[in-house]
Amino acid sequence: MGSSIMDSLFQRSLEDLIKGIRLNLLTEPTFISKSTDDIRREIKSTDLHTKSVALQKLTYLSALYGLDMSWAAFHVVELMSSSAFAHKKIAYLAAAHSFHAATDVSLLTTHQFRKDLNSANPFEVSLALHCFSIIATPHLARELTPEIFTLLSSSKPSIGKKAVAVILRVFSQYPDAARVCFKRLVENLESSDPHTLSAAMGVFCELAVKDPKSYLPLAPEFYRILVDSRNNWVLIKAVKIFGKLAPLEPRLAMRVVEPICEYMRKTGAKSLMFECVRTVVTSLAEYESAVKLAVVKIRELLVDDDSNLKYLGLQALTVVAPKHLWAVLENKEVVIKSLSDADPNIKLESLRILMVMVSERNVAEISRVLVNYAIKSDPEFCNEILGSILSACSRNVYEIIEDFDWYVSLLGEMSRIPHCQKGEEIEHQLIDIGMRVKDARLQLVRVGRDLLIDPALLGNPFLHRILSAAAWVSGEYVEFSKNPFELMEALLQPRISLLPPSIRAVYVQSAFKVLIFCLHSYLFYRETIACSPSSPDNFVSESKCPGSDSAIVAADCQQDEVFNPRASNQSFEDASTEDVEDITVTHAQIPNSASLGKDGFTHESIGNLLNLIEVALGPLSGSREVEIQERARNVLGLIELIKQELPGLVKKEGNFEREGLKFPKIIELMHDAFSKELGPVAANAQERVPIPDGLILRENLGDLEMICGNDQLPTSSSFSFGIPHSKEKVGLPQSKGESSEASTESTSLLAEHRKLHGLYYLPSEKNDVSNDYPPANDPKLQDNLNDDAKDLVKLTEQSLLQKKKPNHAKPRPVVVKLDEGDEAPIAAKKLELKEDLLSGAVRDVLLGNEAVSTSQSNLTDKSSSKRRGKEKLNTDHPSGPKEVLGDVGNPNMGNPSSRRSKHHGHGKERRHRSPRKKEKEREENGQKDKQKSSHRHNRHKSRQRAEGPNNVVTQTPLIPDFLL
Amino acid sequence: MIRAVIVMNTQGKPRLTKFYDYMPPEKQQELIRRVFGVLCSRAENVSNFVEADSVFGPDTRLVYKHYATLYFVFVFDSSENELAMLDLIQVLVETLDKCFKNVCELDIVFNYSKLHTILDEIIFGGQVLETSSAEVMKAVEEISRLSLSLCFCWKQPQILSHLSLSPFLVGEVDSMHE
Repeated sequence: MGSSIMDSLFQRSLEDLIKGIRLNLLTEPTFISKSTDDIRREIKSTDLHTKSVALQKLTYLSALYGLDMSWAAFHVVELMSSSAFAHKKIAYLAAAHSFHAATDVSLLTTHQFRKDLNSANPFEVSLALHCFSIIATPHLARELTPEIFTLLSSSKPSIGKKAVAVILRVFSQYPDAARVCFKRLVENLESSDPHTLSAAMGVFCELAVKDPKSYLPLAPEFYRILVDSRNNWVLIKAVKIFGKLAPLEPRLAMRVVEPICEYMRKTGAKSLMFECVRTVVTSLAEYESAVKLAVVKIRELLVDDDSNLKYLGLQALTVVAPKHLWAVLENKEVVIKSLSDADPNIKLESLRILMVMVSERNVAEISRVLVNYAIKSDPEFCNEILGSILSACSRNVYEIIEDFDWYVSLLGEMSRIPHCQKGEEIEHQLIDIGMRVKDARLQLVRVGRDLLIDPALLGNPFLHRILSAAAWVSGEYVEFSKNPFELMEALLQPRISLLPPSIRAVYVQSAFKVLIFCLHSYLFYRETIACSPSSPDNFVSESKCPGSDSAIVAADCQQDEVFNPRASNQSFEDASTEDVEDITVTHAQIPNSASLGKDGFTHESIGNLLNLIEVALGPLSGSREVEIQERARNVLGLIELIKQELPGLVKKEGNFEREGLKFPKIIELMHDAFSKELGPVAANAQERVPIPDGLILRENLGDLEMICGNDQLPTSSSFSFGIPHSKEKVGLPQSKGESSEASTESTSLLAEHRKLHGLYYLPSEKNDVSNDYPPANDPKLQDNLNDDAKDLVKLTEQSLLQKKKPNHAKPRPVVVKLDEGDEAPIAAKKLELKEDLLSGAVRDVLLGNEAVSTSQSNLTDKSSSKRRGKEKLNTDHPSGPKEVLGDVGNPNMGNPSSRRSKHHGHGKERRHRSPRKKEKEREENGQKDKQKSSHRHNRHKSRQRAEGPNNVVTQTPLIPDFLL
Repeated sequence: MIRAVIVMNTQGKPRLTKFYDYMPPEKQQELIRRVFGVLCSRAENVSNFVEADSVFGPDTRLVYKHYATLYFVFVFDSSENELAMLDLIQVLVETLDKCFKNVCELDIVFNYSKLHTILDEIIFGGQVLETSSAEVMKAVEEISRLSLSLCFCWKQPQILSHLSLSPFLVGEVDSMHE
């Protein structure tokens, strides 16, 4: 006790603590941990005041400095039971801040909550309600439903409104509470206290957002409020509720559209006006005149100086745009001007609107303008623009793309924009298009080449993924390449050491493919030359082995529509022709491949190629990255083999005529291996693999964590144990003399690179180029940037007014689509069980069958009640001005067969089997009394009987007929 | 509903936090840091909305207002109206101003509990319950009086009534100390 008094005397107050923190700014963490030690001691004090101050300090530190206070949960409960209001207040604040579903001591608060909710002091009730609205658990909600029910009709407005608001938490934790409280909640919609009404509308708005269908029967109440209320807060909620209900019930939409438009016209409150606009454009979009009015209002917002209104106006416009493009057209100047607004939000919204407008007709123009905007934008917005272009164009398997050559070039261009960080997406699309669109492959290879040969791009880490795609595409579709030798150089240039290992592995593999292609083409070509002049017999016999194989392969390939120019060039009738040039030229589809011609694959060039590879990949065979090492060794191994098989190849040309005729089986096989076309894979393909017996996928691996806890698992996926780039300094040039003359053209970029580094690449003919590296991603700023806005205005006008599809010069190429799910399957949103329960309970209450889920229906009673119900139906519902309920058989009212009977009596409701049976009954009696006083609620008594609780969800709610 | 209310200064130090769904304290701190990261990069005179989906999850909006050295931040979902939330920030700040007579950051720093009382009168469990600052003031004053008197009553036998007074009159206590 002595220490307790000392604690009390010298305890720091919260204010002292705050001052202390401010004084010890530099040693803040130490100070806080010292204070925490004090708190830990003080909080154990038997003196409640000391305890409360300690708890207050702890709550403060936890809320503002992130201190854990879960350990103090029991002290919170202790302090709650103090009789002093100040202590209670501190304790409830602490509980609201720190308690959660897993706080087990919250079980101990039940009694205290009950006591405080029943307190005569409204402020204590209010404290408890506040805390309850945040921390109520299913247990607490179940236990305290009766108290909340009582408070719902509290005579004090300050309590009544809080009791209404707390319902939201109660329902979400314990849906069955709806069976008890829902009617009284509905009654609060008629409350004379504006605050209570506002709170009730707030609650219904939340409920209706989650499950609008259940609240359709309350439409008349909401309608009355919508028409009668003068409180903007209430009206906003009412409009929101109708925004959810209207799409479910066309008659309702018809009814509310007029009042909503009226508010839109008349109200001075921008918030209400905007809410009406939003509701019209989202939920009432088929009412032409309402939408027109909304667009007028949107325009008012757009031209307002207040950037908030402008922003919201643009948001509303985004919603209108898909259905009413004219609305965007009317405001296009504003939208386009907003693209260069100072406010990033506004820029982003206008970008979204533009992307909504994109169609196959204008995609090229809009993209062009946007890319120009991207170049001059700040990095963040630049990537937003690029991201929207990429996602708009790839939407639904490139639905809006007609001209893939253009799109592939655009992807290449986007990669070179200085701030581009969309490497991953561009990588994916490049490969995806390669696999899906055969006709785009030629252009893909061209774009890929341009990216690969630019040494400056290697220095930008954001582009690495794109380069990886370019390398893959170039390797996979190498048959389209204008100049495979140049490609090989690009793939093996020294600067690839800047790439991460996984991507270098792709480079090596692509080099492998290019090598196979070159060898195969060369040998095939040689064979043709060799065979042609000799007698046809000779040729046939020779080609019996590998030659004929390859012909068959070629035929197969053509069947598969694999486009392999080298193989398909070589059809049998062509083979007999002496003029090889003709052969290649006849292939009109790949005009460029002709340039390779007969001098493309010379003896020497192949030899040089092999040397180049050996030099470049040699060091990599000792790489620490297994992927690179393995692939490099594969290539080198193959070269070894070839050298053995074709010794002439690397020695003297003369030998080849004799030995080379034997078409090496190995090349043939490798070529076949790579000529198999790769197709797109459905995102859900893996799901279709049956799970093998005995494999338990969802086994709890928690135990493993304990075992592995201390072992640091390697985080790198590439098994890298050393510093990358350390060992693989690519060997420096041997001699330029070795270079082949085969490479007839090189790009200036490559030339510059060679010149600068004096590297071993093939000789450069262009020595007059500047010494400087091109700046990485030199932005090709265009002079006409300022005209962009004008351009865009023009183009949108054209493309939007133009209703007919223009005739395309060339038909849209075939895009391979998979039968099922190209996109990753969107996990079906699981309805939360609790919400199901809640809507079930709410429907039960609204339709008057509270007893259904608990009572076993009595069959004999059922039939009789059915009859009785029907008889009573017409008499029981006094037709008030808004309740013309008579027409039960109206087919629009849902499925009449699901409504077995209408039962009016409350007798059945007494048959609850719930543990709190008596209490409920008491309450229901209370409800019954209440209802007698107001016949508005008779409607809810119409009884709907379902076979079991499960049917509740499938029932169509009764829609009030006042709408008709 | 309103998901969270955060008051922080322009250095990113939180002054008042209230989350209407439970959130572990470390998570709260992280969210506050991220919100600050977004806010401090925004220029003056731009719109008051921030897309918060990346920070607070889907269907969340964030509206903030910048007063002197403080940011007032409300996080809410589609059940609330954006402009109404802006007004609500105004209500909160007006109430604070009335409470503290020309409110400044120091008032906010030293009146942590009173701030909660005020906020709780305006927002209840994420629902807006009161929008008139006069009404809020009335309730807050009554609560202050109540907690003080009860505190004294209870304290009297312990002869300690002069120490660690209720936080609700911290303003006055402060001046007493000086």
